Amino acid sequence: MTDTVDKTPAPSVPPEQIKAIPVRHYGRWVAAAVVIAILVLIGMAFSNADINYGIIPDYVTDGTILSGAWHTLYISVLAMVLGLVLGVILAIMRMSSNPVTSTVAWFYIWFFRGTPVLVQLLLWYNIALVFPILNLGFYKDEMNQVMTPFLAALLGLGLNEAAYMSEIVRAGIQSVDEGQTEASHALGMTQPQTLRRVILPQAMRVIVPPTGNEYINMLKTSSLASVVQFPELIKRATDISSTSLAVVEMYFVACIWYLFLTTIFSIVQYYIERHYARGSSRSLPPTPLQRLRKNLSRWGSFRRPEVAR
Amino acid sequence: MSGLAKDITPPSSGAPMVKAEGVHKSFGLAHILKGIDLEVLPREVFCLIGPSGSGKSTFLRCINHLEKISAGRLYVDGHLVGYRQHGDKLYELKEKEVAAQRRDIGMVFQRFNLFPHMTALENVMEAPVQVKRESKAVARERAQRLLDRVGLGDRTGHYPAQLSGGQQQRVAIARALAMQPKLMLFDEPTSALDPELVGEVLDVMRDLAEDGMTMIVVTHEMGFAREVGDSLVFMDDGVVVESGHPRDVLTNPQHDRTKSFLSKVL
Repeated sequence: MTDTVDKTPAPSVPPEQIKAIPVRHYGRWVAAAVVIAILVLIGMAFSNADINYGIIPDYVTDGTILSGAWHTLYISVLAMVLGLVLGVILAIMRMSSNPVTSTVAWFYIWFFRGTPVLVQLLLWYNIALVFPILNLGFYKDEMNQVMTPFLAALLGLGLNEAAYMSEIVRAGIQSVDEGQTEASHALGMTQPQTLRRVILPQAMRVIVPPTGNEYINMLKTSSLASVVQFPELIKRATDISSTSLAVVEMYFVACIWYLFLTTIFSIVQYYIERHYARGSSRSLPPTPLQRLRKNLSRWGSFRRPEVAR
Repeated sequence: MSGLAKDITPPSSGAPMVKAEGVHKSFGLAHILKGIDLEVLPREVFCLIGPSGSGKSTFLRCINHLEKISAGRLYVDGHLVGYRQHGDKLYELKEKEVAAQRRDIGMVFQRFNLFPHMTALENVMEAPVQVKRESKAVARERAQRLLDRVGLGDRTGHYPAQLSGGQQQRVAIARALAMQPKLMLFDEPTSALDPELVGEVLDVMRDLAEDGMTMIVVTHEMGFAREVGDSLVFMDDGVVVESGHPRDVLTNPQHDRTKSFLSKVL
């Protein structure tokens, strides 16, 4: 192959790297000093408070608290799953050309977003006032027997979540280019096939980040289920504090668990986002581990990495 | 590079593949198509040219019912598009029936519209597996063959974002061919491409024409129309201004509007 375009020969000696004195960021040092001072002040205030910190570590792994943390975890996961499934259905109903389904969805969202979730929980728990007997034809029982704290918590949290999720899902679906629907229809795919195979997988990229946010919110909102006697973290913590009189200490214990759970799920969310980033960019973003390593090496040199990403 | 022929469903009769009778289309108050009459014969390469906004893309989209026509009749392979006629009453087809009609009509878009979350191979396999319920093995085998034919046999695992525009459009053509259509619609397939990538897409289309595919091509590529086209229609403002063999229309236009348009694009 003859190549007439003249190529500059690869230089055998690499050019001398620029060695310049980097811009000094004195402001950062001042800011860091101020932040540390404030943290010290806050720490001192807390350590001088009338709080018995000594008992906190013991209670973090206390059996009652562990059971509470487990209940918080599973009620928030189940309520979120219910919210997600119902949210997708509601979003599709809302965007449907069928005026009946879209109106039903609109009213659902209007009601469940418009009333406090605390009231919704209490309503579910006391649903026997409205329907004393549950009769499904094949199954009949007194509502008070059916509506356990678990079911009230699940319905109260899940149905409320569905209203928020439907708006997130709708935003995700609308973010997908219309050409995708056209291409799918032109290939002979029906609307349900188009949604499932083409639109939703792409909408997930927009749906996942706010859903992670919703889930973390749900972890903490699930504490409201304590009012319907569901034995989650806050309920357990207050149970203990009512006998041990260590009220604030028990809330600290609960907070440690909330922080732990939200941290774990932030990490899970990150990997879900990576999964749905498939095909959207030429290279995937680094994992937290890769980022940690990078940040550590950055700390070592204590300045910005020279290589642009 | 011939050999796409076995993926072409032969037309069921010698009748026109597409027949338009007084087709009108309005979007609200905007009257886009104002009575289109034309016939596209089987194995014909039918080129539609005209200024933007003349309605040529809208007409193309009516053929596979992506747009509903407002008046007139439109037939593909002898069947009314989007409707069923009983006596003198028209019944709208159900969504499933419309989808079934579209199976036999491939479409290639200006902006490719590949599915970005699927690899090239998965893009081509998607419709045969989902719509025709073909086994994955059969669909994969054909998808591989089609990608080979459009010169992308070594790019099957790439996502659309990893392909150039010309490569994406060739995958899009392979995707449409995977349904073994009897008619292919091309909506300005090279308009979104860098000039040096236009040729590779036109080459694939030329091969397809040689293999006897019935094609309706909305294009600004006058060279392609002259060389490959069997018929050419010049549309302006929602009507067919002039039609005939591409050589005749392009070299010896009869109407002033055709002349002024061609003087700008040639």
